[in-house]
Amino acid sequence: MALAVGWRMLHNNFTTPSLLIPGIAFPMFFFVAFAGGLSRVNDVPGFQFPVGYTAFQFVFVLLQSAAFAGVFTGFGIVRDFETGFARRLMVAAPDRRGILLGYAIGALGRWAVTALVLTAVAMLAGMEVGGNGVDIFALYTLAALVNVTGLLWSAGVAMRLRTLQAAPLMQLPVFLSLFFAPVFVPVELLASWLETIARLNPVTLMLEAGRSLIAGEPAHLVGAFGGVLALIALFSVWAVLGLRRAEAAGGG
Amino acid sequence: MTLTSQVLHLARRSVLRTLRQPANWITPLIFPLALMAVNSGGLDAATSLPGFPTDSFISFFLAFPFIQGALFATVNAGVDLARDIQTGFLNRLALTPMQSAALLVGHLGGVIAMGFLQALWYLTVGLAIGVRIEAGVLGAVVIFVLAVMIVLAFGSFGALAALRTGSTEAVHSLFPVFFVFLFISSMNLPRNLIETEWFQIAASLNPVSYLIEAIRSLVIEGWNGEALALGFGVCIGLTIVGLTLSSLSLRGRLART
Repeated sequence: MALAVGWRMLHNNFTTPSLLIPGIAFPMFFFVAFAGGLSRVNDVPGFQFPVGYTAFQFVFVLLQSAAFAGVFTGFGIVRDFETGFARRLMVAAPDRRGILLGYAIGALGRWAVTALVLTAVAMLAGMEVGGNGVDIFALYTLAALVNVTGLLWSAGVAMRLRTLQAAPLMQLPVFLSLFFAPVFVPVELLASWLETIARLNPVTLMLEAGRSLIAGEPAHLVGAFGGVLALIALFSVWAVLGLRRAEAAGGG
Repeated sequence: MTLTSQVLHLARRSVLRTLRQPANWITPLIFPLALMAVNSGGLDAATSLPGFPTDSFISFFLAFPFIQGALFATVNAGVDLARDIQTGFLNRLALTPMQSAALLVGHLGGVIAMGFLQALWYLTVGLAIGVRIEAGVLGAVVIFVLAVMIVLAFGSFGALAALRTGSTEAVHSLFPVFFVFLFISSMNLPRNLIETEWFQIAASLNPVSYLIEAIRSLVIEGWNGEALALGFGVCIGLTIVGLTLSSLSLRGRLART
């Protein structure tokens, strides 16, 4: 069941240009705008990142693309409810958690292509990488876990509300948590009010860990992986309870 | 019914329609300011770059909400016009003695009214959080006028998209395009401090840079004739092009058989 749902999500994504293109183009655009337009920020006193501003921004955009690939898959879940397809899926599924797992496979596959294109563009743009193979594997694993987190959050919302009007509710908290983090400069260089928020925001640890991995100086790994795994545990419950709500509503 | 009366009716309808869809007016009021807060907090350290024109990033960035708010107003209004086409409202209007100019002016009247409220809101919030307009009270008035003119310029392109495509989805898809113009500009750093050469060229070719710089100059510099001439010139040029193309599209859309 999970594989079938995952395959369907991937098929829909890769055969529908209006789904495929924004998913790839938006992260690319953010990467170009931030890494290209703000490269001078590298010269700000106190800014020290050994592999340059392009790599600094790459990590943010990689994690952002992962989170949003998860969230956008939530839109697909809503569409399935709106068109009545989810109802048929639920009737057919012996264990309905398989549907959720299928959506997660779809989200991961969708993000994998974006990550591939983003990485290729970054390398072509001359991004420096200080980390070794293990570091880079850990970076992409972290991003994949962020993708799962985004998917579980949006799936929980999608299955409770089952309408596209819930789209802002899926996007906004993710958007805010990503941007109330050290996006442009390290956390110590943020304005004091934003630094206070950023230090309480779990995304900060993920960004710092990701940046340390690409620089080849791993740090904050326990906090970042621990944080993202805790969020996955929390949002798994959220998503499964959402699934139960959808079941109780008859899948429509 | 006179042309003026037709315009007023349609403008009133456009404004009421916006007010009845809270997402259409809350988003342009809140979202640009939220992004301004995040970017200002995140890039505050950039003011210590040698040659940065001010020591307050929030003052430097105040031009941003005016432009992004104009984009929101434009897309929302364009979507409403496209919906009028999709639902056949425009066809029914075409059966009445309404003059085609009234439709465009009425529609843009609604966009301008929204732009007026937005500009007032951004300026008030800016002043409330301690931004000082270096060009003084008259400078604030000029910012206000330019902001409303920018809404008109962008609005004419939103109307053009709606009239050309007649599809709400197509108008929605314009938003990312507008967003590209906004981000590949001198929004975050002055052009002379943009290090990446192709980005600096793109920002210099991008008309949005000049709109931002005109508003910004009044906030952080005072009176800069060149920045204002470029800003107003670009704005007027865009308006002329947008209105001309929209009028031509409207003529085709309202062709009476």
